[in-house]
Amino acid sequence: MNYKNKEKFIAHAIFLTGTILVLYPFFSILFLALSEPGKRISGFVLPSGIYFDNFIKAWVGGSFNTALLNSFIVVVFVVLVTLICATLAAYAFEKLNIFGITPLFALLLIGLVLPYESIVISYYYGMRSLGLVNTHLSLILPQIGLSIPFSIFWLRASFKSIPKSLSEAAMIEGAGRWVILIKILLPQMIPALLTLTVLLFMWTWNEFLLALIMIQDADMRTAPLALSYFAGNKRYGDPAITAAAAIWVALPVLIIYIFLQRRFISGMVTGSIKE
Amino acid sequence: MSNKNIYRPQSKFQYSSYLYIFPAFVFYILFVLFPLGDTLYTSFTEWNGISEKKWVGLDQYIKNLSDKKITSSIKHSFILIIFYSFLPIIIGLLIAGLMIRVKIRGMATYRAILFLPQILSMIVVGISWRWIYAPKGPLNAGLDYLGLEDVSRAWLGSFDYSLIAVGLIGTWVMFGFTMILFIAGVQKIPSELYDAAKVDGAGAISEFFNVTLPNLRGEIIVALIFTVTLALRNFDLIYITTGGGPGTSTMIPSMFIYKKAFQMGQVGSASSLGIMLTLMIFTLVSIILITFREKK
Repeated sequence: MNYKNKEKFIAHAIFLTGTILVLYPFFSILFLALSEPGKRISGFVLPSGIYFDNFIKAWVGGSFNTALLNSFIVVVFVVLVTLICATLAAYAFEKLNIFGITPLFALLLIGLVLPYESIVISYYYGMRSLGLVNTHLSLILPQIGLSIPFSIFWLRASFKSIPKSLSEAAMIEGAGRWVILIKILLPQMIPALLTLTVLLFMWTWNEFLLALIMIQDADMRTAPLALSYFAGNKRYGDPAITAAAAIWVALPVLIIYIFLQRRFISGMVTGSIKE
Repeated sequence: MSNKNIYRPQSKFQYSSYLYIFPAFVFYILFVLFPLGDTLYTSFTEWNGISEKKWVGLDQYIKNLSDKKITSSIKHSFILIIFYSFLPIIIGLLIAGLMIRVKIRGMATYRAILFLPQILSMIVVGISWRWIYAPKGPLNAGLDYLGLEDVSRAWLGSFDYSLIAVGLIGTWVMFGFTMILFIAGVQKIPSELYDAAKVDGAGAISEFFNVTLPNLRGEIIVALIFTVTLALRNFDLIYITTGGGPGTSTMIPSMFIYKKAFQMGQVGSASSLGIMLTLMIFTLVSIILITFREKK
């Protein structure tokens, strides 16, 4: 083995070890979920056959049809409203001449670092006084607010990367701010917007604590919340059904990840660097 | 050709430009800044969530800081930082150091798999690991198989091991992220720098400390901020795996905020703990930024 090949061999060995470490927990619950109902499989054994009974029991028992629908409604509104608001704001921050831009931007920095765990109490009592507890709105509104700082930072950076000459040429021809944004700049921003959409979708889909405190009705639960109740109530019940339920909740994000993994990864890696 | 050098049209300052930032700031002020101010105010009061708030000044902070359970929950958070942040960063750096100039096939697939724990709900991750750590789960089955029956136990239910067990889940979630981040960073380092180090007779270790490490400064800052804040927040994973138990052996501040505010009716105390958590995160982020800022 020459030097180069030895290096490659070591690299593959490292990555394969990492891959096995990452996949093992997922495969172990997948096997558990696929195992024969009522029959406990332990540890390493492969299931004796493939049974989908656990998946059906989990779907019905956890009412995941309504839970997935609730999650979907929340995600759509959070993503759409955040995208619109953040695009407009990032455009103004980067391309329009605004007085007082630096303090406003500094204000956004607070939201970028703030742990929302520390303000959920205020969310709950605020929503309660508005009579909004147990509604989709009580999940949607705070998550829009929390998503806005990162989204503005992200979009501002991609507005910045568009050459000035593009909008200047349009300006000379007398195009207004709105026309320049819609006709000239937005078409250049589609990749950045798509990546942001994917990130916002993932964060909103996986959000748990807010749903835990806002939602009391079983038929208003989001997918992660339904999963936690399911797993919690049946903590000493059948782990195979819980495993199947976990797979139901992971599936939508997983499917999108398979198709758009490059966007997820580049988004999270470069997105965090841009911060 | 544009008339770039002759005339640069500037967008004039117009008050109506504020309309563009208005919607975003309405949401931001109403659902981030206002709740933060409201929490700050509540933190100076005694309140059970129903009656009138009673102003008590700094009492809640003093009580929290002298409550052994609270201070030990803060200590737990710092232990978790070792697992969530230091371990993955060290693993990531070592591996990135080995990967200089190595180009292998299948990198995209490896990357996609190693990144997987980042995209899934912590509830799903927690449930997988609850099974791994379960009394009859794979970990104990493996230990039994190796003849180590004495070692196997209910890991998440153990006073001595539950915090480490939860910490290792954090390491598992994070190591793929730090690896990918640092490998991407290493590949951006100009190879002339390594050639120069070779000429100077630098060995692998001095190459790592003199070239690789300084050039990954930006990535290290990102990894530290990302992992440290997650270690301090960390609600979902603790909630689903141990709920803070057994006893208070895996209790962390965010779990106390939840319990105090929604189960014990101590909303003022929970709010002051929330502000303390916020201050801790702001302080740590500042320390990271100052320590690793570009030195002139």
